[in-house]
Order: sequence, then C-alpha cells, then structure tokens
Amino acid sequence: MEKIIQKVKNLSVGFKSQKGKEISILKNITTNIKKGETVGIVGESGSGKSTLALAMMGYVKQGLFTMGGECIFNSSNLLAMGNRELEKVRGRKIAMIPQNAGQSLTPNLKIGYQIDEALKLHTNLNKNERDKKISELLNKVRLPSPETIALRYPHELSGGQQQRVAVGMALAGNPDLLLLDEPTTGLDVTTQAHVLELLNFIAKDTGTSMVYVSHDLGAIAQVSDRIIVMYSGEIVLEGPARDILKQPIHPYTYGLLKSIPKLSLAGLPDSMPGSQPQPGAKTKGCSFYDRCNLAEDKCKKNSPNLEYVSELKTSVRCFNYKKLIEQKSEKQSNIKRNEKNIKINEILNLTDVSISYAKQKLLDQIFNKITDSNPTVKDINIDINKGETIALVGESGSGKSTILKSIAGLLRTKEGNIKFDQDRILSNDLKKRSSGDLRAIQLIFQNPDESLNPNHTVEEILAQPLKLYFGLSGEELKNNIIGLLEKVRLGKFYLARYPRQLSGGEKQRVAVARAFAAKPDVILCDEVTSALDVSVQAAVLNLLQQLKEDFGTTYIFVSHDLAVVRAISDRVAVLYQGRLCEIGPSKNVYKFPSHPYTEVLLGAVLEPDPDIKPKLVAEDIVEDKPPEKGCCFQGRCPRFLGDKCKNETPPWQIGDNGNAIRCHINIKDLEKKQNGN
Amino acid sequence: MFFLIIKRILLGFITLIIVSLITFVGTEVLPGDACTTYLEREAYGAALEACYERLGLNVPAHERYLSWAYNVIQGDFGYSLSGQMPINEVLGPRVKNSMVLASAAIIIGIPIALILGIVTALWRDKLPDITISTVTIFAMTIPEFISATLLILIVAIWLEWLPGIVIVPTDVTITELLPNIILPVIAIAMIMTAHMARMVRSSVIQVMSSDYVQMAILKGVPYWKMVFKHVLPNALLPAINVVALTIAWLLGGVVVTEVVFNYPGLGRLVIESISNRDLPTVQALAIILASIYVSINLIADLLTLMLNPRLKTLQIRK
Amino acid sequence: MATKTVSEFKKKNIYFKISEVLVTMASKPSGFIGLSILVFHILLAFLSPYLAPYDFKAIDPSLMLQAPSSEYWFGTDSLGRDVFTRTIMGGRIALTITFFGSLIALLWGGLLGIFCGLVGGKIDDVVMRIVDAFLSIPWILAMLLIVSLLGTSTEVLIPALGFFYGKGIVRVARAATHDVIAKDFIVSARARGHGNLSIIWNEIIPNVRDAILVEGAMRWSWMLLGFSSLSFLGFGVSPPTPDWGLMISNARGLMSFAYWAVIAPIVGLSSLIIGINLTADAFAKALGIDRSTKAPV
Repeated sequence: MEKIIQKVKNLSVGFKSQKGKEISILKNITTNIKKGETVGIVGESGSGKSTLALAMMGYVKQGLFTMGGECIFNSSNLLAMGNRELEKVRGRKIAMIPQNAGQSLTPNLKIGYQIDEALKLHTNLNKNERDKKISELLNKVRLPSPETIALRYPHELSGGQQQRVAVGMALAGNPDLLLLDEPTTGLDVTTQAHVLELLNFIAKDTGTSMVYVSHDLGAIAQVSDRIIVMYSGEIVLEGPARDILKQPIHPYTYGLLKSIPKLSLAGLPDSMPGSQPQPGAKTKGCSFYDRCNLAEDKCKKNSPNLEYVSELKTSVRCFNYKKLIEQKSEKQSNIKRNEKNIKINEILNLTDVSISYAKQKLLDQIFNKITDSNPTVKDINIDINKGETIALVGESGSGKSTILKSIAGLLRTKEGNIKFDQDRILSNDLKKRSSGDLRAIQLIFQNPDESLNPNHTVEEILAQPLKLYFGLSGEELKNNIIGLLEKVRLGKFYLARYPRQLSGGEKQRVAVARAFAAKPDVILCDEVTSALDVSVQAAVLNLLQQLKEDFGTTYIFVSHDLAVVRAISDRVAVLYQGRLCEIGPSKNVYKFPSHPYTEVLLGAVLEPDPDIKPKLVAEDIVEDKPPEKGCCFQGRCPRFLGDKCKNETPPWQIGDNGNAIRCHINIKDLEKKQNGN
Repeated sequence: MFFLIIKRILLGFITLIIVSLITFVGTEVLPGDACTTYLEREAYGAALEACYERLGLNVPAHERYLSWAYNVIQGDFGYSLSGQMPINEVLGPRVKNSMVLASAAIIIGIPIALILGIVTALWRDKLPDITISTVTIFAMTIPEFISATLLILIVAIWLEWLPGIVIVPTDVTITELLPNIILPVIAIAMIMTAHMARMVRSSVIQVMSSDYVQMAILKGVPYWKMVFKHVLPNALLPAINVVALTIAWLLGGVVVTEVVFNYPGLGRLVIESISNRDLPTVQALAIILASIYVSINLIADLLTLMLNPRLKTLQIRK
Repeated sequence: MATKTVSEFKKKNIYFKISEVLVTMASKPSGFIGLSILVFHILLAFLSPYLAPYDFKAIDPSLMLQAPSSEYWFGTDSLGRDVFTRTIMGGRIALTITFFGSLIALLWGGLLGIFCGLVGGKIDDVVMRIVDAFLSIPWILAMLLIVSLLGTSTEVLIPALGFFYGKGIVRVARAATHDVIAKDFIVSARARGHGNLSIIWNEIIPNVRDAILVEGAMRWSWMLLGFSSLSFLGFGVSPPTPDWGLMISNARGLMSFAYWAVIAPIVGLSSLIIGINLTADAFAKALGIDRSTKAPV
C-alpha cells in the first residue's frame, strides 16, 4: 500500500453571514493524498476547490473559519497548529504555487531575494551554496540566464516567467507535497502547455506529490493520476483520472465533459442548464438536483452519500450513477451548425487595415522622428460574408481585439478602410457614422461585470438601444424588452434586477440581448465566453448560435480559446503580432493547419482526454512587438529558414483546402511536413 | 528617470507662477489697491501719491507684475507697508521660527503616525485598533484652535506645568525658543498625526490582504519578517504622497496655532499683515507658503520615484 | 404591476436606496452616534431661538463672568451675556454657511471634475494645473485675504468657502470619472452612438455620484473646521452674533478665571464636527467607499 502523506478528514469550512448564520463552503470533505501521486481537483468557480487546497496547508482565508474536521500531515493536524509550527511546514514540507504569480510575488523584492528567503528559511545552506541553488532552481524551471533573472523585479518578467519563478520558489524547500492553485490560468495557450509540461517533468523528477487545482479539465487531464470533482463544496466524484475522463459516472461530470468544446469535434457542445447554487442557498437534497436530468423525487429530499464503486475504483455522490454506467459512451450528440444562411455576399470588407496605438509625442515632433513604421496591426485584408461566423484567434498581443475596436469605430485605422455592405466605407470617426451604421454593428464584451452599468436595472440596460435606434417608449418599449429577455431565455422578473443580482451567465445573456436589441447585421464578440464557467459557456455559445440562425446575423468572434472557436466559427483567421498568418474555413484550418504558427497554436491546446497530449513545437518566448521587417513569426518559428524570413515579407499562398497562408515555405510542403509529424 | 525628475520640477515652477499670478490678479481685481486699503480714510492727495510712488503703483499692472516677479526671483519681495522695512527682513526670523515649529511637529508626528497606523492595521478590529482608532477620530476632527485652547487651559492654567503664551521677541534664538514650543507642537502634531495614522492603517490593511502577502505566509515566512519585508515597503510607498499633502495642509493649522500661542512665526504675520492690509507682505507670504507646499510635494514625488522599483526600472529601460 | 415604467422604478429605487443607506449607517454604533449628534444639532439650530432663556445680545455689566448657577446654567461671559443661550444658538450660522458652502463646493467641484475626467488631454492638464495652484495657497491665507477685502457677510463667506473647498472635490470627481470611462459599459454606449450628454447623464453620473457625495460630506466637516477657525481669528461672523468660534476667541483671554465661557462653545463645536465626521464616515462605509486614504486637502 502506498504511503499517505496528507489526510483530509471530515473537513468543513465556512463563513458567518451578515445575519450571523454559519454558511459552509466546504462540506465534510474526506480524501487522502498518496506519496508521489498527482491529484487533480476540478470544479467551477465557487465550488470550494481553492479553499480545500489552502486548508491542506493549514491556511484558512480571512473571513472564513474551520467548522470541523482536520487536515493531517505527518500525523499532526495542520488546522490545529500554531503559527510557529506552521512556518516549519509551509514552504518546507508543503509548498504552494499560486494562481497569479504576477500578484503573488512581492513587488518590491528582487526575484533572487524571494527565492533566497525560502532557501534561508527551509535549508541549512550557506550564502554561496544558496546562490548556486538559486541558479540551479531557475535553471530547473527553464528560465534563460538565471543570474540576470535573479536580479530582476517581478514586474520585469512576463506572465509565463513569473509562473516559472513561482514554481522554482516552491521547489526551494524540497517539499513533499506541492499544491498548485490554477497555476496556468491566465497564461497564453502555448505558455500554458509549456508550464504544464514543466510541472509534469518536475513531478516525475522529484517524486513530489501534487495537488493540482483547476477549473480546466484539459489541464487536469494532462497532469493528474487521480481526479476529484467538486461541486458546491462537496466531492461528487473521485477516482482514477482515466476512468473519470473516459466514463464519468456522476451526472455533473458527465455534463461538464460534454459541455467542453473539443478540437476534434466540429459543432457546439451540449450545455447544462442553470448554474451552481450560492453557498447556503440549499439546505437539503442533492446540490445538483436543479440541473440534473437524472433527478428523481428522492434527490430533492435526501442528499446522496459518497459511495465507493469498487469495479471502477471510483467514489460517486449520486443515487442514479448506474444509469450513467449503462448509458455507456454514446456518440456526442452535437447540434449541427446550420451553414445554409451563409451567402457569398460580403457585408464587411477590411482592406489593408493598419492600426497604431502609438501617439505622436511632443519630443518626437521636435526631433522630427518618423513615428511608428511598425504599427500594432498591419495589412489586414478580410472579406466577411453575410451570415457567417468568422473567428479571429491568437495569443495576447495578436491584435484581435484591436481589429474589433476599429470595426466598431472605437479606434481609428491608420491606413486602409472598412467597407460596409459593399457600398460605403465606414467612417474612421465614430461621430461621423450614421445612426444606421452604428445600429448595424454591435459589440458584446468579455466581462459582463464591466460591460453592464452596475447602476442600471436590466430594463434600463435593454431600453437604451431601443430608445436610441427605434425611439420606442411606454408599453411598446416594455413589450420589446420582455421579448428580448425571452429570446435570451430570461423571464420577465429579471426586469427590475441590477446586474449584481445576476449570475455570470445571466449577465452575459443580458449583454447578448442588448446587442440584439439593435437588430444588428454584424455582432462583434470579444472573448464573450472566457469569463464564464465551462458549463455556462456552452449555454451561451448555443444561445448565440440559435440567435444567429433566427436572425441571420454575422458574427466576428474573437477568442484565445481554439476549441471554442472550432465550435462556433465557419471561418477562422489566425493572427500573430497584429499580422494575419492564416485564414480559411474552420474545418480545414483545424484539420490541415498549414502555417507554422497555426501548427504551434493547435499543438498546444489541452484536451480533456489523457490520450491526447499537447505537441510543443516552438518556444514560448514573449515578443513585445512585431519585427520591423520580414515574417512576423520569425522569432519563434520552428521552420525558420534564415535570412529570407528575416528580411522579406512572406507572400500569400492559397492551398487546395481553401486556406490561405502567409509563409515563404510552399504550402504543399508545409502540409506534408505536418502530416508527417 | 532623469526626464521625469526634470518634468516634475518644471511642473512645480509652473504651479508657482500660476500662484503668483493668482495672488497678483486677486489683489488687483478685488476692490481697492494696496495704498487705498492701507491708508483707508487718509487715501487722498499727497499721502496717496507718495504711497503710489513708493510701491510703483503708477505703472501698468502687467509691468508691475513683471518687475515684481523679477525681483522675487532674485529674492527681493519689496517693501512692507506696515513694518516700514524690507519684507525680507520681516520674513527672515519668522520663517525660521515657523520652520522650527513645523519641523518639530513633523519629526514627532510621522513616527508616531507610522507606529499607530501599523499597530491598528495589524490588530485590526481588536482592542488596540478600536481604542486607537476612536482616539484618532477625535484628534482628527477637533480644530487646532480648540485643542490649543484646551491645552493652555489644562496644562498651563490648571496644572501650571508649562507656559501657556509664548512671550519672546521675534528674533529669539532656537535654544530659547524650544521650551516654548512644546504645547504648540502638540496642538499641531495631534491632528496631523491622526490623519496620517488613519491613512497608514488603511494602506497596510490593503497590502495585508494582497496575494503576495498570502504567498509569503504560505512560504513559511515568520510573521514579523513578513510585516517588515513584504508588507511595509509596499504599504508605505503610496502613503508618501498623502503624507506630503497632509503636511502641506498643516500649514493652515500652523497659522491658527501661532495666533493662539502668540508665537512669533509666519502664521501670526499672516494675520497681522492682513489686519494691517499690507498687501505686498501678503503676496510674499502666498509665494513662500506655496513654494513650501510645492517643494514638499516635489520631495514626495521624487521619493516615490526613487523607492518604487516599478517606476525606476521602467524609466531606465526606456 | 406589469406596466411600471422605467422612471417609476427609478423613483422607488431612490427612496429605497436612501432609506437603505440610512439604516446601514445607523446599524453601526459610530454611525448611529454620528447621525444622532447631527440630527440633534440641526434640531437645535432650528429650535434654539424658541428655547433660549435669555436674549443672546443682552449686555449687563453687573452680571459679568458669573459662574454657572441654576439661573445661568453655563454662567455668563465678560459682557454679562448668558453663555447657555449663546451656546445653543452658536451653531446656527456655522451650520447654515457650511451647509450651503458644501453644496456649492459639491456642485462646481463635481461638475468640473467630471468634465476634466471626460475630456482628458490638454484641457484637463491645464485645468488641473490651475486647481493644483489654488491648492498650494494655504486656504487660510486665501480666505483671510478675501474676507478682509470683501467683508464677512454671508454672501461673501458661502461662495468663498464653497470655492476653496471645491478644489478637492474636483480631484475626486475627476479620478472617479477616469475609472468609470475606462469601463466597457461606457465603450459600449459610445459604440452604440449615444451622445456625450446622454453618456454623462446615464452612465457616468450614476457611477461617480456616490464618491462625490461622500467627498462632499467630508468637505462639510472640514469646512466647518475652517469656518470656525476664521471666526476664531476674528474674520468670520461679526459680533454680537453668537458663534462658537468667536465665543471661544472672546472668552479665551479670561479663561483662567472663567473657564465655563470657553468650555461650553468648545463642547458645542467639537460635538458638531465629530457628529458630521462620524456621519460622513458611516455614509462612506454604507456606500462602500474607503475615505481614510485621502488627505484633507
């Protein structure tokens, strides 16, 4: 039997509400972490997964308190320990790698000092040995030139580098157990894949046990031996990673896996209705009852216990899990996207669009400097057809949102023009655009918390475009608003609510309704699902697809998530550093990625399937700005040719599959090479 | 970095120029000029002419401003009407006396404010915080003239520990001055300290709830080491500017306190010259007080710039 | 029910919000104490003329500096006037002047701040530079100058105080506006093509209102402090009007044998300032704004 290093027993953590009621956010958690294994804890925001990880270090956030239970490490209960004793465990026996390393590194201390601090506390090395160890650690997490990194301040590093430093710092004390709290969330796709690969390597190399907390089943699938699924503060499913991912026997996990869009499958994922109950909202019955399609009467009255299913080595908290076992793995029933509406009838033409953020500074004017020969976005040519969904994908800094803003008129283009409906060029100046043109193009933003005025009710929010564009008022306005709410599947009773009284998914629905209120021709979607939980994301994607089919709207969909793009888009344009790399029908771009950057991007996507491993083709260097000349991807390209790529702008080539790429290498050769991989 | 410093200094100068314009235009626009207001009922005939002549009021306003500004840059503020002597001579000892008072208040106030602010933040909502915070609210809201009056009543009149009223000549030496400033310093420092302590408290609390402090705890950093290495440098940095503003604000309090204690400083001169309608002196005082304000803010800006690694490296790299 | 229009909802919400804020404020002991003191003083200001046992300006040399007694509860001052009468009436002028002064400060400071935050760029730079320059002249010097040249009438004091205490509000309003205009809902309104006025009225003001109101409440307590300092220095209201600052100043010289004439107005003034301050604090907390990080400029 393997050695158990951390034992969580009947742990409950909660907080006191303003009315003095005790509300639990972790309910009676019992689990063990064995030596050398990696346990993935997965759940949506608010499921209590981070609180559980912190409790494993004997740490309870301010405002929370332990209601009962214990976390036993080395036969002592961490939650009952004094601070002095905990200081000897934390960082030495158990170390934490935090979610946002950028905010978790102390801003006024150099990287070297912060690692040295951990070494001083937890090892007996002398100064020289420690200095050597710092370089060693930074080397181990694959940071270039460790000596210079050690002298830097946290803000001088990129997000990926900061995360690596955090990993190095956690390894300083040679811990037996590493807790990772969403360590790759917020990083770019390729960086994320690299950090995960590093973590996998470290787990093997050092034999450390790991607890990996994430909302992202894709990441969890890549690292975990065992998976714990949490819902509303409870463990609902626990077992070997492979079994859980291949045959999830809890309806929540089953639905969750189905709601994740996958690269290999075209079409929209299934959505789960509703959202996770607020802490304290439910007092009896199964916490998943409202959203479950296997629910029966007894689920409403009694809470199921965590039951061990020996043939699957899995524990499950459900009365009806057997139904899911019988159901077996049927083919995913995807809603087929309807492509009939697309006409080869262009609605927007972007011609040679360049956009620059740089302002001409006074000093530059005086010294007569030539400003910005190297704009943020350059030479964008895209023709968008009526009724299609075109996606712009790329990592942060790829200029995808910038392009959206200039289509909306919020940013001036430096060169080129944007033609609407084939007959008129949209003015660069928002104020000069006609009311009709403004109405025709609507925006939906990433974060509904920011895009909805917190001081307006839903009714007021939806009334704005209706009053502005159609001059509605009184009864007519009211009926229209109710109609809009129904379209996004929200009831009348939402009218008087404020955004803060809605869940994330509901807020985004209101934002969608506001965009559709204008009866637009084109809707610009800026990362509209990335602030949402996975199960809610699927519902919003389905809603967008449904509305599009009803109204024939054209979407320009910006996202960093390639799987989401795969699910919703008809055509996809891949951007790097504000330059177009590849454009073509989604099914072809995903099946036959031709441009080296597309290949890198797609290779890095994490799928919730232990059998599909990411392919790391290129380094995840972060470039501040695009190169002055030559190919935009020259700095990271795995197929870099040398001077030609450095000096000459690559030509457009069109492949047999209808995708166009910008590369010096012949597209046929590229396709061949990639299939060879 | 270098350019940033130059820019701040230039902005300070621009502020001073605007201040001089405001005071100049202000005294110009308001009814009556220096001579008529000063001479009041005797403002006619030869006396008025002589006054105009002496102050150079018979030339156009813009010329007067320019020549005045030119003199000020060279350190000459002109001629006091009531003192019948150059303003520089009136100002010299007064500035010194006020500086002694203000710096004593600052030197005592800042450390106490830091300690109180940090203690209240670290023991947030516990007994030390509740008591100190209650006291600071009182100290912060009571105007200086009330605390000064109460101090005199209790310490000087009832307990007879210290002299209540400062009776020294204007050109007193610092050693002679010191025993007299204890009560005025307490009166001034109280309100300022209370403000700064509150400010430090909230800044420390904010940093204590940051991700990096949580990380330091989870790294096993001992409590006090965490407070001194991870919390305070980051909490006190943004406090510098607010402290500077508080100090500048204290200048107003100094005026009132000096009057209560009959202290021979700038504050009393303000009241005297305004009561005497001595406009040239008032102008000089405005410029001097404004430059103190501007320089304190400048120092705070530069300190922040130097101590903030974020700004420091950003500028160097660019 | 189903036909309620937007404006009806809005109206109901404002009353609801005010009562909600008041309840939140009074639910904490400090807020409750502050509100009670403030209400007490406001009531006193209205009712004191009817409650006063004596004439506030009746001079009687035979009654000079009497110690507190059953007849003269707080004693008499150096001119033989009843200190109790003068104390309970001493807040009327101060409250009136500072209340209207704060309103003026709130109005011009808030509007200019929002304007600067909105337009940004060069205009913003210039305006803020001028505001900064005004900030750098100590308020007391400027106030004294204005008052000594224009007199101490209410018509001078209210706008002058309002002007000098509004500069701080400009900064707060500007910063709040800056924060708000970066938000996506403003971008969204701009992209929809709403006019500037509509954006200011519908999107910006509702979101900066709280910050500006809190700032205004804070200014009120500081303005009271400033006004009574002026009074104390002899540049506020003119005698024989009863005013705490003036009373303290007059009685100060004789306080070694007639301390009651000083203590009574001190208690009156201090309690009002503390009351307003606690109320402003509770108000800020009820609206979720942290006011302790701001310097009293």
